[in-house]
Amino acid sequence: MADKKKNNEDRGINFSPDLLDLLAKFQEIELEDFELEVGTLELWLQSGALPRHLMPQLKVAPALKGKPKELMKAQFVPPVETYPGKIVEVKLGATKGEGGTRGRSIVIGGETSPAFYTFERPILHPPVVTLDVFDMKIPLSKAVKMHVKEVIDDPAAWAKLAVEKFGADMVTVHLISVDPLLKDATPKDAVKTVEEVMQAVDVPLVIGGCGDPVKDADVFAEIAEVFAGERFLINSITQDMDVERCAKFVKNNGHVALSFTPMDLNLQRELNRRLYDFLGKEDIIMDLTTAALGYGLDYAFTNMERARLAGLMGDVELAHPMSSGTTNAWAAREAWLKMSSEWEPRELRGPLWEVTTALTLLLAGVDLFMMMHPAAVKTLKEVIGQLVSGKKADGSKFVDWVSLKS
Amino acid sequence: MSEKRKGKAGIKELSPIDVYKLLPKTNCKECGEDNCMAFATKIVNREVSVDQCPPLLKKENEKAYNQLKEMLKPPVKEVVVGEGEKAVKLGGKLVMYRHEFTYFNPTAIAIDVTDEMPEEELLSRIKQTEQFSYEYIGYTLKLDMIAVRSTSGEPEKFKATVKKVVENTNIPLILCTLNPNMAEAGLMAAPKARALLYAATMDNWKDMAELALMYNCPLVVSAPNDLSMLASLVKTLIAYGVQDLVLDPGTFPNEGLTDTLNNFTMLRRAACKAGEELVGFPLMGVPMAAWLDKGEAADEVVKWREAYLAAMLIVRFADVLVMHGADGWSLLPNVVLRQNIYTDPRKPVAVEPGLKTIGAPDENSPVFFTTNFALTYYTVASDIENSKINAYLIVVDTEGMSVDSGVAGRKLTAEKVADAIKDADIESKVKHRKMIIPGKASRISGEIEELSGWKVQVGPRDSSEIPKYIIDKWQS
Repeated sequence: MADKKKNNEDRGINFSPDLLDLLAKFQEIELEDFELEVGTLELWLQSGALPRHLMPQLKVAPALKGKPKELMKAQFVPPVETYPGKIVEVKLGATKGEGGTRGRSIVIGGETSPAFYTFERPILHPPVVTLDVFDMKIPLSKAVKMHVKEVIDDPAAWAKLAVEKFGADMVTVHLISVDPLLKDATPKDAVKTVEEVMQAVDVPLVIGGCGDPVKDADVFAEIAEVFAGERFLINSITQDMDVERCAKFVKNNGHVALSFTPMDLNLQRELNRRLYDFLGKEDIIMDLTTAALGYGLDYAFTNMERARLAGLMGDVELAHPMSSGTTNAWAAREAWLKMSSEWEPRELRGPLWEVTTALTLLLAGVDLFMMMHPAAVKTLKEVIGQLVSGKKADGSKFVDWVSLKS
Repeated sequence: MSEKRKGKAGIKELSPIDVYKLLPKTNCKECGEDNCMAFATKIVNREVSVDQCPPLLKKENEKAYNQLKEMLKPPVKEVVVGEGEKAVKLGGKLVMYRHEFTYFNPTAIAIDVTDEMPEEELLSRIKQTEQFSYEYIGYTLKLDMIAVRSTSGEPEKFKATVKKVVENTNIPLILCTLNPNMAEAGLMAAPKARALLYAATMDNWKDMAELALMYNCPLVVSAPNDLSMLASLVKTLIAYGVQDLVLDPGTFPNEGLTDTLNNFTMLRRAACKAGEELVGFPLMGVPMAAWLDKGEAADEVVKWREAYLAAMLIVRFADVLVMHGADGWSLLPNVVLRQNIYTDPRKPVAVEPGLKTIGAPDENSPVFFTTNFALTYYTVASDIENSKINAYLIVVDTEGMSVDSGVAGRKLTAEKVADAIKDADIESKVKHRKMIIPGKASRISGEIEELSGWKVQVGPRDSSEIPKYIIDKWQS
């Protein structure tokens, strides 16, 4: 890649800041182990649903005598629908005026149509991207490590890089070190890490735990209190946690809960209902679990698409903005593995794997993407920008593809 | 959950009874089913075709046969391109969203060649397209078609190129030119190939219609970003007698992305939800259009754009795609995505049960078991592989269920595990009698010990922790 880039420069082609700048850094991807967040995937079976079909078309077009000589006009009427439901709007982060310290707050959700059906209604709030930052060294794909090796021991510097260089809308601080099986850092230590990141960047934050349901609750409780009013997204509240306790400290300190379930709409409804006892609907974002392209993306996609359509059709328990742990894309071996030459370079294949996973879920209705690779982030943000731009296609040049000299 | 259906009477849910009423009701079993009702149920589930009922094909049942065909007609017509075993079916979609039923006929992917390519390059590109192959959870992922473009503007050149292509491959073709003379030259070189002809437009539709009729080939209708023109052309061509159409609303990269997605979505919704027959045809996407906007970008960047455009179109209803970038790195995510989107959501994806070896296990190697749910199996197998340990993995038949749902639903029981241990003949392969079981199956660990006589070690709840587990806890 470096050579390629050099060649391009030699030819005077300037594509900076380009994907290749980012991709060029991928010299030696190797997998160390990556955790697959999906424990088990369950198939959502439609109970009692029967296929739908067209009835016999009784109306037969009258047989024309002879072939038409002129174009027969037909009008295409855009099939616009309205929906009884609306996805709730959730605000993340709080500015000084709003009781926090962030430079800006971000609102997601508010959809009244399926994802990007802009022929029905324009996009109210474009989906946003939050980049992962870790508070200690964890087994990280070298693909990503290449881009962050200078800041890997410094969450604050890492966050700054994510925002200033990689264009992250938000930053996720993963507090892995609090894991009792790892460093067993205290809630106070975690607060210190978050404080450093807060000083370094002024975007809204997502606070991630270590996965231990008891320890995470303790850590989140401390952080929620110390940073009351900042409207952090607490990532995440799961069924095996003390849901009442968590919901209360989220509510009392003005934060937002990420309600996380393992790919099952009924479990998601159930957890949301438990949260409703303490939290407003506008305080909840849901994560239905993201599986990688090739490793269950079809389940994730359909689950999210169903949830979004259900929400629009009036199922209030699913009418929440959706978050996706798109980083899980790297759990697929095709994303990182050195393969035979016809599939190389993996420096391109890997981030494209993350992009493909992200775009598939973008079209299912995801509002918040938790991501890893800067090139994938850049592409997703570009696509979202194009989709909300309201710009029209120029139809006149399209057919030139037929005679395009290659 | 589905969107509300509106408009035309005639859209309703089909029940097996509706189909049964039209069957011969002889319960003759010639179709292989026990009775006509069972056959009707399979028809409704699209697992069999009415043509598999021999009595129905008899003259006296012609009326019922035609009624059934009409009743089962998908809102998106199925159009066949090519001849012989490599022929591809485009469209044939019954529903807009895959969870409503399932998607049929995976998006066909065509790779382009031109009539100005040096012969060597032409042949190598054909070969590369034909030989593209990737093994993925028991499927072989392939490319489907070749799009021959006329870039020279010379009919003889186009004809010679098409001839060269059909001499070297039998995979279906798309002949791409807006000039009817050129199209005819191409068709003359492949008169019986049932190539897809691209394209009829507002300017050339009459001549293209004549060619489609003469050569009995399906025809693409192109009206970039003008759906009323597209519908008008379809209406006209149907009246002209051309039945097998494919719709091209245009593919616009970058700033045209909004219109691209909207057009595909509106067309598919109009066909599936509103029963609009004029747009009830397969949709063609041309990610290759990314190359029109190349500007000064490096080739890799354009291939990257083309690849993600293709991905979005696979998700948003495209039935056939034309690609220029033919690199493995850019095609692989798309063929895997296509496989994912087109799996049947009604059925768990299962792998063959039995004994699998990972690495080169010996008599001291650890023995694991997992379920035959494909995702569970491949995740566990890859985690063990990544840990670089040699091991035996027994795949228990749980009818495609994951570990926890299998335990909960009694599809993963101690009896099944004990049977699987016996069937795998693992006792002749290892000296020890220690089985590492999934953490989520800990509930049945006692029973397994009792029934199999093996000592059970409860492994991690997530297979990603297997490498660490082996280091900490395994001793043969």
